Amino acid sequence: MKYAYYPGCSAESTARDQNMSIQEVSTALGIELIEPKGWTCCGSTPAHHTDRNLSIALPAANLLLAKKMNLDMVVFCAACYNRMKVANYEIQNNPKIRKEISASLGEDYDGSVKVYHFIEVLVKNIGIKKLQETFTHSLDGLKVVNYYGCLLVRPHEATNFDDPENPTLLDSLVTVMGGESIDWPHKVECCGGGFALTRTDIVIELSHSILGMAKAAGAQCMAVACPMCQINLDLRQDDINKTKSTKFDIPIVYITQLIGLCLGISPEKLGLDKCVISPISIIEAVTSN
Amino acid sequence: MPIVISKEKKENDLLQSVKEISGVDIAGCLQCKKCTNGCPVTALVKVPPSEIIRRLQLNIGDSVLNSDLVWMCASCATCFSRCPMKIDMAAVMDALRIISVKKNAAKQKGNVPLFNRLFLRTVGMFGRTYDLGMIIAYKIGTSSYFQDAEKFPMMLQKGKIALFPSLRADKKYVKRIFDKKN
Repeated sequence: MKYAYYPGCSAESTARDQNMSIQEVSTALGIELIEPKGWTCCGSTPAHHTDRNLSIALPAANLLLAKKMNLDMVVFCAACYNRMKVANYEIQNNPKIRKEISASLGEDYDGSVKVYHFIEVLVKNIGIKKLQETFTHSLDGLKVVNYYGCLLVRPHEATNFDDPENPTLLDSLVTVMGGESIDWPHKVECCGGGFALTRTDIVIELSHSILGMAKAAGAQCMAVACPMCQINLDLRQDDINKTKSTKFDIPIVYITQLIGLCLGISPEKLGLDKCVISPISIIEAVTSN
Repeated sequence: MPIVISKEKKENDLLQSVKEISGVDIAGCLQCKKCTNGCPVTALVKVPPSEIIRRLQLNIGDSVLNSDLVWMCASCATCFSRCPMKIDMAAVMDALRIISVKKNAAKQKGNVPLFNRLFLRTVGMFGRTYDLGMIIAYKIGTSSYFQDAEKFPMMLQKGKIALFPSLRADKKYVKRIFDKKN
């Protein structure tokens, strides 16, 4: 199983742990990930805030690299995934945009490169049953809330990732790892990730609501699939506790880190030492089968 | 908030500009307010999404650009996702931000336009984002030196922030895209 793999800019800074866990899990499962040489930023939110053409051309440039490699593209960062899916959708459905983007890139791109989130590769392309056979360890009843956020599920027309209001891909993974996946109402709420630097007050309001619901649901940890959600909910818990007089200490981990633990990979190799809220309770909960 | 409609003739047509930039026709809005009820910042703003649409429909002029939602919208697209008329409100908000910057509309708390400029500047320079450079420039631009300063040593120790920009990007396309835009 071979894919072009787009780590995204955050994989080189705030989400090193995400990249580490993906690489480890992929190696263990025999998934070959090849970075397109010289990949560039997808433009994220600042691009679509600024110019429509820019917001489509930047991700399309990377899709063009994957097309030349003749491979499907795998992404983990929800923002990159979203921008690439939107770019493909716009280019496929709007001939005028395709023409403009081709002019920007200096080459025609037809929007045909398939884009998968790493979770989709695991659940849809490998399959839950096959995955289960590879696990040597279990989450042993660990209570997990799965948080999907905005960018994977919306707009559904473009991303086509699971059900936009009640996605269950992460839940199915947690269940098969032996964890207790808690049903809760804040799966697809927004954490305010884009405002991390500019409007921390909004981040605190939105993330407070999400963490509060997770705690009320009895979560021992939260599994995420987006680097912005991870850093936001993890790094800001201290600020939220100070501002809102709460006592949150919910570890926020990437789903790939949980999968890595169940594959018997060491916590350090999965970057679990990089969490701000210590995930030691999770590491201790994992037992060998 | 009350909507004031003036009898004076508008010198420009904001509704038309929004349509041209976003490609979205808002004529079908039923004012059902599903966007407003799903919007994560509705409780924090004076003018929620459904009211932005109403104001645009009434074409009351550029005052819409000063609505707090323009720079408080988190681009989560819940509005679009739940709209029964499939109106892409997230794209409408993008258009309002683009016009707002162009027309130099009133500044708001936080400086999202500055952040956007700095973010895209690092992408133009290195082909990828450079968090540390962007954060320092933003702090200088907004004189917010101490906000989150205590978090920096911990982030550095955990390797969660890179000291230097990545130099592995091939800027061929990026350069073309940015040149074409300007």
